Order: sequence, then C-alpha cells, then structure tokens
Amino acid sequence: MSNSLLKYASITQKISMSLLGLFLASFLLVHLTINLMLMLPDGGESFRAAAEFMGTNPFIMVFEYVLFAAFFVHIVLGIILWMQNNQARPVAYAKANVSETSFFSKYMIHTGVIIMLFLFLHFVHFYFAKIGLVDASATYMFEGHEHPDFYTMAIELLKQPLYAVIYILSFLALGFHLNHAIQSGFQSLGLEHSKYTPAIKSISTIFALIVAVGFSIIPVFFLIQG
Amino acid sequence: MDLTLKIWRQANTKAKGKMVDYKVTGVSPDSSFFEMLDVLNQSIIEEGGDPVAFDHDCREGICGTCSLYINGRPHGPDSGITTCQLHMRKFKSGDTIYIEPWRAKAFPIIKDLIVNRGAYDEIIQAGGYISVNTGGVPDANAIPIPKVDSDTAMDAASCIGCGACVATCKNASAMLFVAAKVSQFAHLPQGKIEAKRRVQNMVATMDELGFGNCSNTYACEQECPKEISVSHIAKMNREFFAAKLCADVKDI
Ligand code: FES
Repeated sequence: MSNSLLKYASITQKISMSLLGLFLASFLLVHLTINLMLMLPDGGESFRAAAEFMGTNPFIMVFEYVLFAAFFVHIVLGIILWMQNNQARPVAYAKANVSETSFFSKYMIHTGVIIMLFLFLHFVHFYFAKIGLVDASATYMFEGHEHPDFYTMAIELLKQPLYAVIYILSFLALGFHLNHAIQSGFQSLGLEHSKYTPAIKSISTIFALIVAVGFSIIPVFFLIQG
Repeated sequence: MDLTLKIWRQANTKAKGKMVDYKVTGVSPDSSFFEMLDVLNQSIIEEGGDPVAFDHDCREGICGTCSLYINGRPHGPDSGITTCQLHMRKFKSGDTIYIEPWRAKAFPIIKDLIVNRGAYDEIIQAGGYISVNTGGVPDANAIPIPKVDSDTAMDAASCIGCGACVATCKNASAMLFVAAKVSQFAHLPQGKIEAKRRVQNMVATMDELGFGNCSNTYACEQECPKEISVSHIAKMNREFFAAKLCADVKDI
C-alpha cells in the first residue's frame, strides 16, 4: 500500500521542499537586482560588472553549484510528491471538489513545470554560453580576454516579442508559485504564529508581486524603447 | 421538493461501481439529508431493489460515522457540520445532487457510500495513547494545566475522525487528522514520555497506509465539521522536526 517512491517521511520531504524553496526564492532577489541593471542608461557597464563579479568571485562560483543542486532536488522532490499525491486517490470524484481553498495552492506542479521549462531555456541561452558549450552570440573584451557579452545577449533576446511573451508568462507563473510557496514553506517548517502568520501571508504575496512585476517590466521596457 | 439524485452504487470492494440516477419527490425542506435518503431507500425496498448503503450512527454530529461527499464537498454545502446535521432546506426543488463516497486509496469502498476508515484506527494504534500509572484514581486537578493549553488541546481533541479532511484534500492527505491527534497530546503534560516516538510513528503509519502529502491548500480546515485549525498541522510539523533532530536513541 505504501507510497514507496521515496523512503522519506512525508513531513521530511515537505520540510526539504520548504528549505530549498525558500533558499531559491532568496536568490531570486539577487538575480532581479542584477537584471534591473539592464535598464540603467550606462551602456551596460553596471550589468557587465555584476555579471563579471558573479562569474569570477570564488564564493559565488561555489554557491552556483549549491544553487544548481537546490534547483535539482526541489524539482525532483516536487515531481515525486506530485506522483505520490496522485496515487493517493486512484478514483476521481464524479463531481469535482468545490471546497474553498487558495487558488494557487492547487497548481504548484503546473506553475513549477512552466518555471522549469523556462529555466531550461535560460540555461541554453546563457549558462551554456558561459561554460563554452555553445558560442556566445555577442562578446566583448575584458582584461585582454574575450568574454560572452551577457548584456547584449540579454537585450537582443528581450527585444524579440515572442521571447518577451514567454519571459513574462514564465514570471507570471513564478509569481503564482511564490504567492503560495512562501507562506506554505513557513507552515511546513512549523513556523506558524497567531500574530505573525497573517503578516507572512501578505509578505508572500508582496514578494510574488515584486518578482513577477520586477522581471516582467524589463522586456516591456525594451519593447517600448524599440 | 423534487430532486434528482446521482448516487455511487458499488456492490462490494472489488466490484465496479457507477453513478446511478434516482428521483425523489415530495421531500420536506425541514427533513434532514438522511431522512431524505431513508425515504429513497424505503421506495427502493418497496420496489424490491437493494437500498443504498451509507454510514451513520449518532445522527447528531458527534460520532463521525457519517461520510457523504455531496455536490463536490464532504458533508455537503454547509460548513462546520456533519452529513447527519445537513438539512434539505440547503437545496432547492429541482436540484441535482451528487452523492459519492470518500475517495482515497487508504479508504477502500466497502459498499456503495460506505468506506473502510480502519486506516485511522491503525494511525491511532501507532501512537494515539498515553501511559498512565495504575493504582488509585489521581486527584482531579492534581496536574495544573494553563487554560490556553487545555483549550487548544480540547480544540484538537474535538476531531471525530470522520475523514472529511482526507476526502476533500486534493492529495487525499490525512495531515489534519493526524495533526489533531498529535497536537491534543502535545499541548498537555500527560503523554510526554512517548511524545517523540508518537509523532514519528503516527506519521510513518500515515505514510505507509498510502495517504498523500500535505500541499497546504487548507481545504481540510474549510471542510472539517469541527473546524479544526491547520495551525495543528504546523504544531505537528514542529513536533516532528524536533523529534527527528533531537530524539534519544530509544525514541527513534
Ligand atoms: S452520524 Fe454521527 S456524526 Fe453523523
């Protein structure tokens, strides 16, 4: 009878999901800050400096692998949980459930898959160029070496209407994901408080809005700028 | 009131079931949902048919036996009540009412609308008890308990084990039930001896029985006839986390 896909207790899996998810969410703010630099009118100087720092700082380079591992485990665990949950109700109801719940909480796997697909696209565009797996579409000289020019690459991509739409939709999905995820992460960790929990729920929504709107304005900015 | 009922009929655990349509006429809005089903069954019996099997016992919302999934909600369209407390005035004449059993791998159907909730008993056996000394009856109030704690423990203990939380959860998770049973003890001084083992064993049994995981959709809290709060789930998560991180060898 048991859900033997993974021999960890359900709560252990949920706690792991939460810790990894909250860690990934905190990284989003760093990424957002750097991305917003794309819109600075300095010809990409600050953005390139930030990208250079992220690519060469030894601490960040180690951190990068931790980040990849976190993404990987969060995704795999998410899929395992989803499969276990599907097995728990083999016969569906004839009349679909109408209980009042938070809307986004029911679509975590769906928004999660959209984010995962975008992440893959993002890897193909940037990370593969960074590690030299594919040729960078633009380069610049830095300290006598040719470097992939992420500033030009990003702007070229964001100016394409199709990419801009994919980008915005992906961050919309991420916003929906985060809106439930942050407060849910606190609940799974047992961090529940009669006074602070309502505040955490608001922070969850505000955080989701900042991420979704913050990232989405960038392609809009470049599309308007032409 | 005239109603169309769509009811799940299944001869036994192994048989293939299906939704069957029934018509009931002249139902009083003042009758209870079960009285309406009693009228239906009476007419089925008079026609020589097999009456619809459904679970019920106290018919006053205290035993947790009744368990009907009505129009997409466990215990029907009203909140904070069990199926036996539901009245027909909550429906309109001409309505079509879907009546289904709880759906979960861990709750196999016995017949029609009756499911086997023995899984809950197994979870209780895994840790839902406390050790007490034998001998003379202890003095009442010999162990002082703060009012807030006793109130919270009582809120958790009001769980009647009906299974509505599992029935409504999109993952068929039993977290609210198990949390209520863990939390009622966790708030009291009694039962501390087995506290760390209790939460681990009850969660392990819940997992083994094939219930799903908690996605924090909080549908359970919405549908619990005793309105048990999901804060008990957070309490259980804390208890579990603490037990896993800092238990003695004997408690693992
Ligand atoms: S029959 Fe006892 S609670 Fe409904």
